[in-house]
Amino acid sequence: MNVLDDINIPVDPSGALSGETGNALILLQEIAHAMRHLLETGESRTLDLLAIPFGPTDEDRLLSELGQGEVSATLNALGESRVWESRYSGVWVVEHRNLDGQRVAFQIEITRMPEILCAHSADIESGLKRLNETLITGRQGFTSENPQEEP
Amino acid sequence: MTDNSSTLGESLRRQGVTRRGFLKFCTATASMLALPAGMAPAVAAALEKARRPSVIWLSFQECTGCTESLTRSHAPTVENLLFDYISLDYHHTLQAASGAAAEAAREKAMHDNAGKYLLVVDGSIPLGHPGYSTIAGISNLQMLQETAAGAAAVIAVGTCAAFGGLPKAAPNPTGAVSVSDIITDKPIINVSGCPPIPSVITGVLAHYLTFDTLPELDQYGRPMAFFGTSIHDRCYRRPFYDKGLFAETFDDEGARKGWCLYKLGCKGPMAYNACATMKWNQGTSWPVESGHGCLGCSEPSFWDAGGFYKALSIPTGDISRTVGIAGAAGLAIGAAAVGLNRAAKSRAKQQHGTVTVDDLEKTS
Amino acid sequence: MIEPMDFLLWVRGTAFDVSLGIFVIGVVVRFFEIFSLGRAANFAEPRGTEFGPGMRTILTRNIPEAGTFKRQPLTVIAGYVFHIGLLISLFFFVPHIQLFAATFGFGWPGLPTPIVDAAAVLGIAGLLAVLWNRLTNPVMKLLSDKEDYLVWVLTFLPLLTGYLAYHRMVDPYPLILGLHILSIEFFLILFPFTKLMHTFTLFLARWYNGAMHGRRGVES
Repeated sequence: MNVLDDINIPVDPSGALSGETGNALILLQEIAHAMRHLLETGESRTLDLLAIPFGPTDEDRLLSELGQGEVSATLNALGESRVWESRYSGVWVVEHRNLDGQRVAFQIEITRMPEILCAHSADIESGLKRLNETLITGRQGFTSENPQEEP
Repeated sequence: MTDNSSTLGESLRRQGVTRRGFLKFCTATASMLALPAGMAPAVAAALEKARRPSVIWLSFQECTGCTESLTRSHAPTVENLLFDYISLDYHHTLQAASGAAAEAAREKAMHDNAGKYLLVVDGSIPLGHPGYSTIAGISNLQMLQETAAGAAAVIAVGTCAAFGGLPKAAPNPTGAVSVSDIITDKPIINVSGCPPIPSVITGVLAHYLTFDTLPELDQYGRPMAFFGTSIHDRCYRRPFYDKGLFAETFDDEGARKGWCLYKLGCKGPMAYNACATMKWNQGTSWPVESGHGCLGCSEPSFWDAGGFYKALSIPTGDISRTVGIAGAAGLAIGAAAVGLNRAAKSRAKQQHGTVTVDDLEKTS
Repeated sequence: MIEPMDFLLWVRGTAFDVSLGIFVIGVVVRFFEIFSLGRAANFAEPRGTEFGPGMRTILTRNIPEAGTFKRQPLTVIAGYVFHIGLLISLFFFVPHIQLFAATFGFGWPGLPTPIVDAAAVLGIAGLLAVLWNRLTNPVMKLLSDKEDYLVWVLTFLPLLTGYLAYHRMVDPYPLILGLHILSIEFFLILFPFTKLMHTFTLFLARWYNGAMHGRRGVES
């Protein structure tokens, strides 16, 4: 791939038209609508960016418009995922990559907290189980104070 | 590979996949299936309980491009597909076994999963002579018929299997036909394309696995989720078509500015596929984005549908020649008609008599 | 069953060649006939020129006579609307221009598709209006014969199928595109032998009218 990267591809700087569909603007309007909906009803919305016909520059346009807000997180679950809040609070960009680093999902979530960030009961349960095992085997003194078994 | 007893959820948990990982996997699957973005939890619930189906993959008159495409599928990766989604029991390009052992694997899978396995076919079937294409001495026709007999459904991958493709192009020397020309008593899903988009192949398998049903199909037996809209309607260059801005050659100003490629022969208006949104090479680009018109490779008879570089509205024949020949014929006929008219006129003139006042008085 | 795609390939191939051949032969022969018959020699002394008034009449007859407009406003308005709509759709839709360019070797710029779309709708509405007028106006009804209705259908179908094809209102697309091309082929085949020939002959008729009046030294 490095060899390919060396090939110089001239980009026409005047090409303001090249590859913009105007879909970025439509998406921003959709996002504004979803934000109002979130405030009024508390319901979240998700927009799948992979399902929208984007020209070569649409994605950059949209992301630069959304910008970077206060929160960002990186997950390691079946490959890396990046989640960041845009400069509009409640609007999150969620990008999932697989173990090969290829993008498998790319979404905008309009929600208070993206679900992927929340700890899930099944994982808490297995975490608790592991912690209990550590406590039993590692430090004798703690076992009596932590009698709770997993439900 | 034939362990179908545990569900997908169980098998993933055994591998130490967390709930977050599973949710992410389901989000990717929902996205791939072109489901509404909020459907990921429903997909998760279904996938949790799904069992891996046995899959037998038969390759007939094909170029292996469809398999090449599948192995470049990225969402989820082919490893995921092979080991988590399905139990691929026979695929003569990918399997390690060969010869008698390979055929034995096919027969075992057919026997163990009778009525339940999925049959995937790429390539067309020659009817001209059974010897044109054989595997282990078995003709393609015979192998398709006996393997399809016990299948739950048949997935025809690629334009050759779906519609006959290149082998069927005029003059069709091998008498190639599509799967649906032979198998009529099983549900058939056509995943056309030359090759099909990798994620569409895996998407159809994932749909079957997730919902245990066949996806909604269009007139040509293709899944609506991927073949529901034309290339033209989802093309990012469509606004230029509507404004009347076209590239006239592959290197003019219009081409550099990314204008519509209709005049350069783009078949987008008649081609139904998901290239414009799913794109190729890990979502890098797709033919129109890289500056070449769509060939319409997902459509029946696309090889014979006129030149690749002729605009769609231009008839397939040489119309200038037709007009020339017809014009010449018209001139010849017209000249003959003139001759006849002249003759009739001169005859009329000869019979013409001059009428004088005296003549009129006589008759009155 | 004929596959829609095979049908489309047939109408774009053999059928188009045949119908275009009949159209060209028919039109050429009709012109030969008209020109070779000519007009009877006029031995009267001319009081004016023929050429100028003939050409002028070709243009002036584009504007309807005031009396006609007063008596039959619908015929005039709907007639104009449908003709203009038809001509814009036919000559300024880019796929059509590509067809002409492939035939004659040269093309011309097209119009944005929303404009062509609106023109097609006007054309369809205009055609429906003239049909309604033909059916409800007693004089028009009396004057109409089978050929008038045939010619109406031949003109209406390409517009209708073209509109349906552009908006993909029929599934599968190759079927409706094929029907659109087939409707044009019927139009081409019957064109030289029906009143559709007025597309060309109207210029001849106007010229003769103007020229005859010019020769007599009267205004046409």
